[in-house]
This record gives sequence, C-alpha cells and structure tokens, in this order.
Amino acid sequence: MTIHDSPQTFVREDDGATLRIHGSAIGDRVYSGAITFFAVCVPLLLLAVAWELGVAGWPALHKFGFGFLTSSDWDPVKGEFGAAPAIYGTIVSSIIALALATPLAIGVSLFLSELAPRWLKQPVGFLVDLLAAIPSVVYGLWGIFVLLPVLRDPVMPFLRDTLQLDRTGLFSGPAYGPSMLAAGIILAIMVLPYIASVSREVLMAVPRSQREAALALGATRWEAIRGAVLPYARSGIVGGVILGLGRALGETMAVTMLIGNRAEIATSLFAPGYTMASLLANEFSEASSDAHLSALMAVAFVLFVITLIVNAIARWLVWRVSRGTSGRVA
Amino acid sequence: MTRSLVVPEIMPRVRVSALDAYFGSAHAVKGVSMRIVDRQVTAIIGPSGCGKSTFLRCLNRMHETVPTARVEGGVELDGRDIYARDVNAIAVRTHIGMVFQRPTPFPTMSIRDNVAAGLRVLGAARPSRAQTDEIVEKSLVRAALWNEVKDRLSTSAIGLSGGQQQRLCIARALATEPRVLLLDEPTASLDPLSTQAIEELVYALRRDTTIVIVTHNMQQAARISDSTAFFLNGELVEMDTTNDIFTAPRDARTEAYITGRFG
Repeated sequence: MTIHDSPQTFVREDDGATLRIHGSAIGDRVYSGAITFFAVCVPLLLLAVAWELGVAGWPALHKFGFGFLTSSDWDPVKGEFGAAPAIYGTIVSSIIALALATPLAIGVSLFLSELAPRWLKQPVGFLVDLLAAIPSVVYGLWGIFVLLPVLRDPVMPFLRDTLQLDRTGLFSGPAYGPSMLAAGIILAIMVLPYIASVSREVLMAVPRSQREAALALGATRWEAIRGAVLPYARSGIVGGVILGLGRALGETMAVTMLIGNRAEIATSLFAPGYTMASLLANEFSEASSDAHLSALMAVAFVLFVITLIVNAIARWLVWRVSRGTSGRVA
Repeated sequence: MTRSLVVPEIMPRVRVSALDAYFGSAHAVKGVSMRIVDRQVTAIIGPSGCGKSTFLRCLNRMHETVPTARVEGGVELDGRDIYARDVNAIAVRTHIGMVFQRPTPFPTMSIRDNVAAGLRVLGAARPSRAQTDEIVEKSLVRAALWNEVKDRLSTSAIGLSGGQQQRLCIARALATEPRVLLLDEPTASLDPLSTQAIEELVYALRRDTTIVIVTHNMQQAARISDSTAFFLNGELVEMDTTNDIFTAPRDARTEAYITGRFG
C-alpha cells in the first residue's frame, strides 16, 4: 500500500476538510466573543466601584463641599468631617517612600543587570522579589518591634541634634517613634521590590548593541551605563517608579500600624499623621452614624480619584519620556 | 635604476601575530597573523561563523567584553602591543573606532550629541563646546551626511533612515580621529542604495584612514578593498591584494569560495 491511497489521506480530502473549516469559524466567533466580554468586564468593574463610592460618599461631599478636602477637622462625635490630614499624609508618606526607594531600587537593578556575576544574579534577584511576598501586617509588626525602636534611638535624635536638621522644621519635635517618617520608611521597603523588578527587566532588555556602541567609543563601563543604558531604559524605569507609587498610595495595614493615626497636619516628619487608607481601616468597622459612613465613603472616593490622577500623570510622563525612544532603531 | 624598484618594507599600521580567540572552550580564531597597511581598505571575507567578526573585535579589544571570551597572541598598533599589561583597553578603543552590523545610534540623543558621544568620554582631552561643534561638522562631512542633516542637528537621531543612521555611526566613530576604523558588515542591514552610499564613503575615507571591513558580500570586497583576507573555520586561509585574491587565488578553498561553490 502506498502512502497516497492510505485511508487517512481520503478522510482529509473528503468531508474532513469542510468540517474543519466550518468548525474553526464558529470557534473564532465564540473565542472573540468571550475575550471581548472579559475585556469589557474590567472597565465596567472600575466604573461600578467609582459609582458605588461616589453615591455612598455624596451626602458628605455635598454637605461639606470643597471644605471636605481642605478642612483638618475630623470629629465623628460632633459630625465634622475634613479629610485634609489624611490626604496630606497619603501624599507625603508616598513621597518619602519614593525618595528613599527609587535610588536604592535603581542601584540594585543596575547591579543585578550590569555588574553581578552570574551566580549571584539569581539569588539576589529572588530575594529582592521576595520582599513583595511578605504580608503587609508582618511589615507592620517588624516596624513596631524593630524599626520604631531604631528610629527613636539613634536615628531621630541623630537627624535632629547631630545633623541639626531641626532647623528645617522637617526633623524636629519629640522622637516618639510612630510617625510620618516611620510610615514612609516602611512604604519604601514595601515598594522597593516593584521598582527594582521592573527596572531590572527594563535594563536587561537594553540591546547589547547599545552597550557595545558606547564601549567601542572608548567609554568605561560606568560611562556606557550612564550614557547609553540608563537613557535607553528611562521610560521603563519611570513606569516602575509609578507602579511603586500606586502601591504606596493605597497601602493600609503596615502604615496604620506605624503612622500614629492622628488627624493633624504637622510639618515635622517625626510627628504622627494619618493616611486615607489607614483612616478607612481604623474607623470603618466602628462607624455608626450615616454621616460618618458617608464621610468614609467620600474619603475612599477621593483616594480612588487621586490614584487615578497619579496614574494618568504617570502615563503622560512615560509617554513624554519615551517619545524620544519610541521611534525606529534599526 | 633597479634599486628604486625594490619595494621598501613598509611599517604596517596594525600587525597581528599568532592570534587565538576563544568563547569559553570554542576556538573561534586560530593562530591568525596579518599585516594591515596604513591608508588602505582591508577586507575580510568568509562564510558565516568563520571567525571574521571575532577577529575584527580582537583588534580593538571588544572581544573581551563578552563573558568567557579569551584572547591569546599579539596585536600591535603602530608598533605598540595593545594587549600589553600596561595598556588600557578603554584607551585602545578611542584609537581604533568600530561600526557594527546594525546601526546603533543612541536613541535618546540628538544627531549632534550622537556624533559628539565619543568626545565626551575623552577626559582631559575633551574639547570645548565650540571645538565640539567644529568636530561634529567635520565628522559629518567626512561621513557624507552633513548636507542631509545640517538643518536638524538637534533632532533625534532615530528620525534618520537606516543608511543615514549607519553613516551617523561612522561619523561618530570618526569624531575621535581613530587611527584605524573597523567596520563589521556595515551594510548587512541596508538596502542597495544605502549600501552604495556607504561603499562610496569607505572608498573615499581610504585617503586618510586605515579601514578594516568584514563583509560576507564578495562583490563588495572586490569593489572597495585594496587587500582581502579569506577566513575559513577560524583560520586565515589566504591574504593578498584584492585583485590577486579574486583573479588568481593560490588556495583551492579560496577559489571554491569566491566562485560560489560554498558559503
């Protein structure tokens, strides 16, 4: 029997062919319908959350108006609700986190992508990624038992008295421990793996030809990194920082445990503060009056909007930075 | 009368002696010796994987930037061993320029800054701003790109076509006034017109620059080079004037290759 007249060949040439064409057309339609459904679900979910928060928070927003954002009066007993300290705390603690984490993360990722010997890359990279796997409450406990005592003595007195930074106003007052600074530091550790991980991927994706082009011009390793590798990876690194910022803005548990939870705007980073997320975590289960609940919903709505705005700015930044690199590099 | 006919022994610009190059345990270049004459175009031809690019990368110590890469033997530039202990690889590369197979403009830099990129790493010898502008113009003129880009020096280099990008890379390599220019298949990713522009440029640059060009395009080697070396399996099979290599090769393998019987 030759290959040609084997039964299999006949099946393929006959009805098998038509059946397969027919089947694949239906499959395609089902498949595209299914993925379109999933794609639509995600934005719908986002809108549903925004809608729910907006509606529930509307009474408070309506009653206090713009003052809800600018007033520092948060007194559930008297029914006064101003979210300014929490908004301020969220933003300041996130800024501290990024200021500390960004240079560290870029340093780690540069080391891992450019300098580390092969046998060291995997374990160190894994350990950095592992930071992201630690539960928030564990960070909080570590903060209470390790970070706060260290901050109380020697870090805070050192900054205030030895470096005489109390003159700036940012590092003055009594060194209790629980403070905006403590929250910022714990957030820095928590967002570090996100920034480092993205930066490392982006740096490793820089084509070898870019490094070689710089080296061939007589650049040292560091000059090649600074002149060719980092600029090429710039937009991606900014993206990683933004991802970290998103995490920092919304982080709840560890911050609640370390920030001191006082609804006041203080210049000094040694003073306790509040964030929107920790405010919600602390008060939501105890909120009894409708006004209080509505105010908390309004805080959640503001947090949601601020996160959206930050992400929009980030998108714009990435777009602006990457405009230079998005073209054709043959 | 007869005395004047004796060709004097010219000091070569680059002298390679018994060069071996490895990637880990792979022996990529095997015992190659070669003399590269000043102000000539030396072409290196051979099938893919014959070690011709690796050999080229040994000439400016780029080979060693690859992990596990190793070099043995000697390369002299104007009589000085560039692999000697007291010689800095980074300094070597400022004297021996290199252009790669694919154009490698720095995408975040302007055209001007791309050309000036090599000047910025010169340390103490770094030129002033005005001098830099002068060098940028001179280098772009030499790379036959000035007329096309003189009105948009501050725009991004990636707005240029592939051929223009490659000439920009040549200008960038020329800016530091290297003694030798190494071209690693510079037209492999370009269309025929851009290729022709680069070939004309290389032919013109020969007047004042020593050029070594790796190419898998034999017609290109025949068109633009003065002498040609044929590599096979990491060995230098034969090197002679381009005319002799293409009309009267001495080695049967060279003949087989240039007549298109393999590779």
